[in-house]
Amino acid sequence: MADLFDKFDPMIKARDALGFEAASPIDVVMEEILSPTEAVIKGQRTILAGTNNYLGLTFDPRCVRAAHEALDAAGTGTTGSRVLNGTYSGHKALEAAIAGLYGTEHCLVFSTGFLANLASIGTLAGKDDVIVIDADSHASIYDACTMSGATIVRFKHNDPDDLDKRLRRLGGDARVLVVIEGLYSMLGDKAPMRELVEVKNCHGAALMVDEAHSIGVFGETGCGVAQEAGVMDQVEFMVGTFSKSVGTIGGYCVSNHPKFEILRLAARPYMFTASLPPSVVASALKAVEILGSEPQHRQKLWRNARQLHEGLSAAGFSLGAPASPVVAVKIPERATAVRLWEQLLQNGVYVNLAMPPATPQGLNLLRCSLSAAHTPEQVSTIVETFTRLARSNSVLAGSAA
Amino acid sequence: MSKTLDDIRELIAPYNKKGVPVAPQTTFATDLEWDSLTVMDFVAEMEDHFDIIIPLNLLPDLETVGQVADAVEGLVEKRNG
Repeated sequence: MADLFDKFDPMIKARDALGFEAASPIDVVMEEILSPTEAVIKGQRTILAGTNNYLGLTFDPRCVRAAHEALDAAGTGTTGSRVLNGTYSGHKALEAAIAGLYGTEHCLVFSTGFLANLASIGTLAGKDDVIVIDADSHASIYDACTMSGATIVRFKHNDPDDLDKRLRRLGGDARVLVVIEGLYSMLGDKAPMRELVEVKNCHGAALMVDEAHSIGVFGETGCGVAQEAGVMDQVEFMVGTFSKSVGTIGGYCVSNHPKFEILRLAARPYMFTASLPPSVVASALKAVEILGSEPQHRQKLWRNARQLHEGLSAAGFSLGAPASPVVAVKIPERATAVRLWEQLLQNGVYVNLAMPPATPQGLNLLRCSLSAAHTPEQVSTIVETFTRLARSNSVLAGSAA
Repeated sequence: MSKTLDDIRELIAPYNKKGVPVAPQTTFATDLEWDSLTVMDFVAEMEDHFDIIIPLNLLPDLETVGQVADAVEGLVEKRNG
């Protein structure tokens, strides 16, 4: 019989053609984690500028202590589904805290952010429904659409007029769920939230906003881009993750829909997987409290984001979007992007190398994400290292000083 | 050759970087060497041109230009009732 792996031959060929020499992104090992912004990689102290650790809470003493206490009190894991033995008082407290943050009646907590999307999108829409998604949606949203069995329609990225056209063509009888993200993770561009909300209101569609990269980052109490835009009360469903600003792992979905709780029985990615371990739940709960009540972390994050954005712009780099905690540097040639990524790592700066099809418009990106825990000196070092290496690789004009 | 097919060939042209001759049996993945993102962008162009919705669910069954033309004609008919 034929080898199941034959179909991966083009992918293997493409991977090998990338020509990594000194290191490869999928083989990076964090040998020692020194802080939210530093690790030892290949024996070298390295600034972490690609971890989505936006608020730097992974080492917050309060979160760490809460996790320790829960670990001692409730053990290493729940060994069960939320609908069997896997709902502890911590899970309920975390759901209540997130519902409180968003001011919603309901919150479901899931074991990862990916599962939060699979469970909520994939269950809310069924085979007789339509899901309309932004073209640049995350893989978990695309996979959730496939899982749902719904009719899938895609609209042009961040384009309210394009959404309007598609909703109009679908007609008033369709049951439609529109799915967008608050902040898009590759380029760091924000959804035009007010305009998109206006369009979906006009057609009577339900809206889900994925705030994975925006919880903790936007809005008065860190709820995300919809809060910042002042339209949170018009968004039917909001999902997010604990693996970025919240500093651990897990996901959530909040809503005011009166029948929302039925998802606990209908959503298979909620039912058929083990619930989050008590220590994870405890640190998430503490982090949610912190991000809602301590805006200073957000302010520091934004200061760092603006410093990096301004520094790289001034050096002449072409960036993906206006300043945000995701700063994506566009590198026209793929081979140069690979080389620069390797050299950044060798020079003590870790960023994400992102390429099509994970990126839009066929872009090769050196994607940086900032943290409130970065110091201004670390941000300066990132800018200087980028600039020096880009010059020596002729990506920027000027001599390699 | 149908008007629909002619229109589709025109829409393909800007994406046909290598100038591959386009016939009904031309395939998107192999002949035109389009990746999945290019296919989805092209679908959006066709949706706007014909004022229809082409769900992404249909894409796995649309391998050739001719199959797309047939599908588009079907969707236009459906829209016109």
